[in-house]
Order: sequence, then structure tokens, then C-alpha cells
Amino acid sequence: MANILVFAETRAGTLRKVALEAVSAARALADASGGGEVHAVVAGPPGVGATAEQLGAHGADVVYVAEHAGLSNFERESIAATVADRAKQGGYRAVLLGFSTQGRDLGPRLAAKLDAPIGSDVTEISAAGDSIVAKHPGYANKVIVTLTLTGSPVVLSVRPGAYTAKEAPRNARVESIQPALDPSAARVVVKEVVEGAKGRPDLGEAPVIIAGGRGLKAADNFKLVEELADAFGNAAVGATRAVTDDGWRPHSDQIGQTGRQVSPQLYVAVGISGAIQHLAGMRTSRTIVAINKDKDAPIFKVADYGIVGDVLEVVPALTTAVKAARTSH
Amino acid sequence: MGAPTVKIAVCIKRTPDSESRFKIASSGVAIDEAGLKFDIDDFAGYAVEAALQINEKGGGGETVVVAVGPDSVQESLRKAMSMGADRAVQLKADSVPADGLAVAKALAAELRDGGYDLILFGKQAFDTSAGVVGTATAELLGLPCVTAVSQLDVSSGRGSARRELEGAAELVEFPLPAVVTIDEGVARPRYPSLKGIMAAKKKPLESKPAQLGAVRVTVQKAELPPERPAGRIIGEGAAAVPELVRLLQTEAKVL
Repeated sequence: MANILVFAETRAGTLRKVALEAVSAARALADASGGGEVHAVVAGPPGVGATAEQLGAHGADVVYVAEHAGLSNFERESIAATVADRAKQGGYRAVLLGFSTQGRDLGPRLAAKLDAPIGSDVTEISAAGDSIVAKHPGYANKVIVTLTLTGSPVVLSVRPGAYTAKEAPRNARVESIQPALDPSAARVVVKEVVEGAKGRPDLGEAPVIIAGGRGLKAADNFKLVEELADAFGNAAVGATRAVTDDGWRPHSDQIGQTGRQVSPQLYVAVGISGAIQHLAGMRTSRTIVAINKDKDAPIFKVADYGIVGDVLEVVPALTTAVKAARTSH
Repeated sequence: MGAPTVKIAVCIKRTPDSESRFKIASSGVAIDEAGLKFDIDDFAGYAVEAALQINEKGGGGETVVVAVGPDSVQESLRKAMSMGADRAVQLKADSVPADGLAVAKALAAELRDGGYDLILFGKQAFDTSAGVVGTATAELLGLPCVTAVSQLDVSSGRGSARRELEGAAELVEFPLPAVVTIDEGVARPRYPSLKGIMAAKKKPLESKPAQLGAVRVTVQKAELPPERPAGRIIGEGAAAVPELVRLLQTEAKVL
């Protein structure tokens, strides 16, 4: 069985959740098809190699570390060249990465550089003879497509949350490599990074999401959503398209077909009617709570627990109750 | 000579109305297209609008729309011309394969010697929801690529753009020629005017075979996702909050 390569995404020197999920997906694929090795590539500023131990703990046999002062932001051209270079040398069966913002950018570059077929945003991977079979939710999660990819290697980007990061300890061998392209040679230059809301997990990584819609009636009332998120402690804040179109919240907070697609453990829809466009972005959440004054709102059709009522009254009561519940244990 | 003008290609896809209820075709590998409304994909529509605005602002240039697919894509190409694009190219194929790299190869073959300053795509199409073709085309052409752009400006041979990241935004600059994939946030696509629709009928639409090469990604099965169990309303108003908290703790175990 041939080996599998993983691009382990980092931000500010630490591994992202999708990186470990991709390693676990690679480990499962390798184990299910004859027990090949899992190799990981990390690329970042000096010090990023410290992540190798955590990668080994999750099943990486070898970690290739490309440290370079120029790699402190996501230098996509240099990273794509570096991962592709490693992939060519290793003769891998598959190259895996997370379908994050970085992974969306990197996956197709790797496919083109390696002349490899690509499966994007996949949720299940298996080997079937000479082919790789992967499931992918298309049509904004409304149709599940099973793809057959022939060729070697194949590139697969894994949907965040589809695989659970699992410990599978290895004593990973660490090898230092050079970036295959000097980061300063990049043609696309990042002039500025405008940070969003601080102190909250990203929508793609948060176990709990509190999302607000027009039912909040005014931009000011969005603070009720923030307060409920604070009460949970580990929650991200999202919004419907109507809310971001009205400028109550930044565009990047939008959950829905044309915004972020999320699958948290718990999704709390506050004053959201549940338009198809919104449901497409959150219906794969594990548990859905809806609070809305209209008992016929479509959101109640997908909500595990619905409360009919005025969000301005129900949400503060829920915030108080969640705080109390969290301090009592 | 006025300001330098920009030659733009916009690669569009024709996809079904995203609000549709889908059924699986009897083949088991595709959706049943009967009764579905098709149009220019949402993100590709934003890309067409972005191109038209850049050339209107620059007072010249050319906007060429390109699509891979069967003759039904001609309707979408005509629509883009009725919005204001100057001409269209159909890269003819029986269907658009699930192999994004194969599609990118066909587009790259067409665009390579076209003298384009800017090549625009939607950031991803609704049907495949993969976001492969634009970036892969850029790689095949060796061009700089900026993905998921919500604001785009072009002047004196350079582009500047805003990208939406997870919880942040990035402001980037890049030289032309370049490939840019468009997110929401640029102006909403205009509706074709009657005059535009009449004019589009006379605009050139060239059709030639798509050079897809080997197709290595195929759909083995298409299925509808499992339905969520029916929703449950547990109560009304703040009085229902204690029961909700109890269920979150004991049943859903998320609190």
C-alpha cells in the first residue's frame, strides 16, 4: 500500500482543527487499505515544527517541516509549490487537506501541479481497487454525490467536522525541508489583514453557534445573541443573509447557501424564519434549537427543540439559564 | 489613447435554481432535470457584473463570456451578452464533467492565447459546490490567482481585491494578467434591458469542441440526504426555557 500525504494547516504557529481531522482521515484510509504510512507537511514561520509531536500523536509517521520567516501568513504560491514538490518526490496514493479557506485555495493548485484528479469537500473516503471513492455533498448539501477518482495521486479536501481528530500515537520522524518557492517571490501580495470579531472561535470550528435573523428587529438587539454566545463560552456568532445584507453584521458572518456552511454540535437559531437559503448552510448541525415568534416558521421543521415566543424575552432568559447551568457543574 | 482598457474573460456555468426541490434521475447518478429552471450560476453572475463594471469604469475594453457544456449553455451565454458582454464562446461538451481539472484544461486551452488581462470565475458553482475550476485554470495558465473576492479594482495593469477569510478579511494586490474568483459582495448582477436583449441576438457566439482530455472523476451515485427527524416545539415563551436547558443537558448532551 502506498503512503498518503497530508497538508497540515496551521495558523499563528498552531495546528488548526482541520489539520488533525485530515490526518485522522488519512490514517483511516491508510489502515483500511493495507497500512501505508501517513506523512504530513507543515509550513510556517520558524517554530512551526513544534506541531510535529501533535501530528505524530494523531497518526503521522513522518512530518516534513518547512520553516521560513516569509511563511507567517498563508503564502499560497510558496506553500502550493512546497506541498506539490513533496508529493512528487514521495509517490503518494493521495494528498489530503482540509476544505477550509486555505484548503479551498490550495487543493485545486495541487491538482493542477500534480495533474491529479481532485475531490473537493468530501465527507467519506475509501479505496476501491485502483480507484478512490469519496462522498461529497453537492447542490448546497441537497444532493449527496459519490465520486470515483481514478489516477494516482488523487487530491482530496476533507469537509471540516466530517472526520473526528483521533489519537493514534506514532513516534513521528521529523524532517526539515526547504520551501520549493521563496515566499517573497509570490505575485499576490497581502497588504493588510482586517481582523474580525476577536475572542470567538471561527464558525467552521466552533462546537456551538448562535445565529440571529431579522426576528431580532434591530441591529442593537444582536447583543442578545452575543450574550448568549458568551454564556456558552465556546460559541461563534452567525447571521442570516437578510441581516448581513442590512449591514447589522459583517458579510463574513453569513450562514447559508451563499455564505458559510456549518455543522456544529449545537446550532441556536434566534429570530430566524428558516428560508431554504439559510437551511442549506446549517441543516447538517447535530442539534438545532429555534426560537421564533411564528409557530409556522419553516425553521421549526428542522429544529430538534423549538420555542415559540418573542426572542427579546426568551433569549435573555436562556442566557441566564445557560450561565447557571454552566456554573453548577 | 485614453486609459489602458482591459480585456476580460468571464467563465460561467449554467446551474439549476438553488431553491428547487431536487429528485434523483432514474440513472441514479444525476438529478432529474425535468421541470427545473436553469440560469447563470449565482457567483458567476456576480463575476459577469464585476467585469461589466470594470470595463464601464475604464471606458472601453472587451468582456468575453465562456462556458463549457451542451447547447443549452448558449441561453446563459446570450443572457450574459444581454447584460452587456461583447461576445461569447461555447466549448461544446455533452455535459460538464464532475472532473474540475478536466474542465479547467478545456478552459485553459481556450484562454491561453486570448490576450486576456483578467479572467473571472464565480468562487464555486452551486451544483458541484467544489470551487476547483477557477484556481486550477490559473495554475494551468501560470497566472496569479486570487480567490473568493468580495471587492475588485483594476487600474494601470494591477488589481487590488478584498477576500473574506474565516473571521477576517484580507486586502491583496496583484499584477495583471490574473485569475480572480468572485464571492458575493461585488454589485448584484443587473437585469438585461430590452435593448440589451435585442442587441445580444446580434452579438457573436462561437461554438467549438471542448478539449477536456481524460475525465478521471465520475459520479457513481447521487442520492438525497437523509431527512432530519420532524421538528418538535417544546413550549412557548420564557416559560419553556427550563425544559430546553434540561433537554440540552440530558438528551442532546451539549450543555
